[in-house]
Amino acid sequence: MSAAPAAPRPASADPADRNLDLLLVAPRARTGWRVVPARILAMCVVELQKLRHDRTELYTRAVQPALWLLIYGETFTRIRAIPTGGIPYLDYLAPGIIAQSAMFIAIFYGIMIIWERDSGILIKLLVTPTPRAALVTGKAFAAGVKSLIQAVVVVVIAALLGVALTWNPLRLLGVAAVVLLGSAFFSCLSMTIAGIVLTRDRLMGIGQAITMPLFFGSNALYPVSVMPGWLRAVSGINPLSYEVDALRGLLIGTPAHLGMDFGVLAIAAALGITAASSLLSRLAR
Amino acid sequence: MSDVEPMAEALVCRGLAYSFGETKAVDGLDLTVAAGEVFGLLGPNGAGKTTAIRCITTLLPVPAGMVRVFGHDPARERMAVRRLLGYVPQQLSADASLTGRENVALFARVFDVSRRERAERVAQALEAVDLTEAADRMAGTYSGGMIRRLELAQALVSAPRLLMLDEPTIGLDPIARTSVWDHINAVRAATGMTVLVTTHYMDEADQYCDHVGLMHRGRIRALGTPQELKSDLRERRGGTAAPTLEDVFRDVAGSGLDAQGGEFRDVRRTRRTASRVS
Ligand SMILES: Nc1ncnc2c1ncn2[C@@H]1O[C@H](COP(=O)(O)OP(=O)(O)OP(=O)(O)O)[C@@H](O)[C@H]1O
Ligand SMILES: [Mg+2]
Repeated sequence: MSAAPAAPRPASADPADRNLDLLLVAPRARTGWRVVPARILAMCVVELQKLRHDRTELYTRAVQPALWLLIYGETFTRIRAIPTGGIPYLDYLAPGIIAQSAMFIAIFYGIMIIWERDSGILIKLLVTPTPRAALVTGKAFAAGVKSLIQAVVVVVIAALLGVALTWNPLRLLGVAAVVLLGSAFFSCLSMTIAGIVLTRDRLMGIGQAITMPLFFGSNALYPVSVMPGWLRAVSGINPLSYEVDALRGLLIGTPAHLGMDFGVLAIAAALGITAASSLLSRLAR
Repeated sequence: MSDVEPMAEALVCRGLAYSFGETKAVDGLDLTVAAGEVFGLLGPNGAGKTTAIRCITTLLPVPAGMVRVFGHDPARERMAVRRLLGYVPQQLSADASLTGRENVALFARVFDVSRRERAERVAQALEAVDLTEAADRMAGTYSGGMIRRLELAQALVSAPRLLMLDEPTIGLDPIARTSVWDHINAVRAATGMTVLVTTHYMDEADQYCDHVGLMHRGRIRALGTPQELKSDLRERRGGTAAPTLEDVFRDVAGSGLDAQGGEFRDVRRTRRTASRVS
């Protein structure tokens, strides 16, 4: 067959006058452990690019945490109904709200994978040399990056409201790690559910249904000590509680169980990644 | 035809079968695509073309021994097969919230293009499909034809040896269709890659494909060059009028909507595909 078909666009597709030499050689494949960090980076870059094109989400998502701090936080600071161990309630609340808004973003980000499937983006990524687990890990960290940016916004709001936060860089690094791990878990949780229910309507419903219990069934708003026994049990298996505990310890300096918190979050993230990657191929069918 | 690769067969399917529950979507598909050619997989709605492509591209799991891509079995060497493939799915699949260039760069990244040559490679892929000028616009503002060309660039950036195009011209106007084919052919001439393409447009298959396979109910029912298929039918009919490839298609697939293929669901899916990316 001839290379130049009889077509009414003579100038457009003549290969001779353009340089395509790079498209003749396949790129050298990364192997072994290098694959996962490379895919994580690729997914995070995409998220940052999207954020650069459209920052509205960043602003609209700042409204809710601001209202929580401003209205709920200020009110309960005044009425002193919740035992916080001597610190102002607003200070007590701020790490909880950081964790909450990061969790909302991560859960919603995981839900987006259904959109990506319906729009063909996911299918194409699944045909690239990216193991399922690397793709899920990449997505989990991309969710983490998004949450992290949100966390910075909430930290700034809290600081403006006069919350006494730490500015110790090491502690802030710890905060970033906690938010990243927590978001990795929550995004994988919703990707796992996506792999089970497979349609956006069902997933949206479930997404709505799990965020509130996760939030209220944690120590984000009140200490575990005021909870009834059954809620205490829920809080004990809720990764959000460990995230909040660590954030409070790092940012406000309340007594925390950092080793335990990091351990639980890391294990939860690893389990989430495993579960989501084993269900991911269901989304390809 | 351009230079034949050292390995003569780009793709071999032997008894390829895949079922969705009771539906035998692909049912004993035998197919050989020679390296360097453009092979057209034709067939009515629901024939199993997309399912076959998804088996070859490792999206659907198939047992070992059914498929070989340049000698590699997708069941055993999934990553090796994926590195050889460029894939454009039936539905429009660019990310509307990224620019054209970012869309292509993502695929350069996930195919391990080194940072040193990434920008240049992405630029060449965009140049190959004439999107250099529109490269920094959001893909959401592209027309259907531009999106198809962008997807082509995404597939090309990793220098695949087998390009799998599932209905690349669906929903496009005649000029955009010609343009997509021009670019496919130009790239093939420049790189010598093999192309497997599905289409509903018989005139396209006739004009652009070296070989075509007519698929119906999960199996190849007729195979050859467009010329061979047409003269075959002419001999069988014994008439003097020269049949078109469309006559061959009708002969194989039966006239009108078939009881099994072309269900409402299939047509609806095709329609949805034809609409723009959101
Ligand atoms: N995800 C799925 N679940 C269940 N059945 C499916 C699925 N995908 C395809 N099928 C069925 O498998 C058969 C083959 O479908 P396929 O999409 O491969 O056909 P096609 O030849 O690509 O059709 P079209 O020309 O409409 O794209 C059809 O009967 C279809 O209904
Ligand atoms: Mg199809």
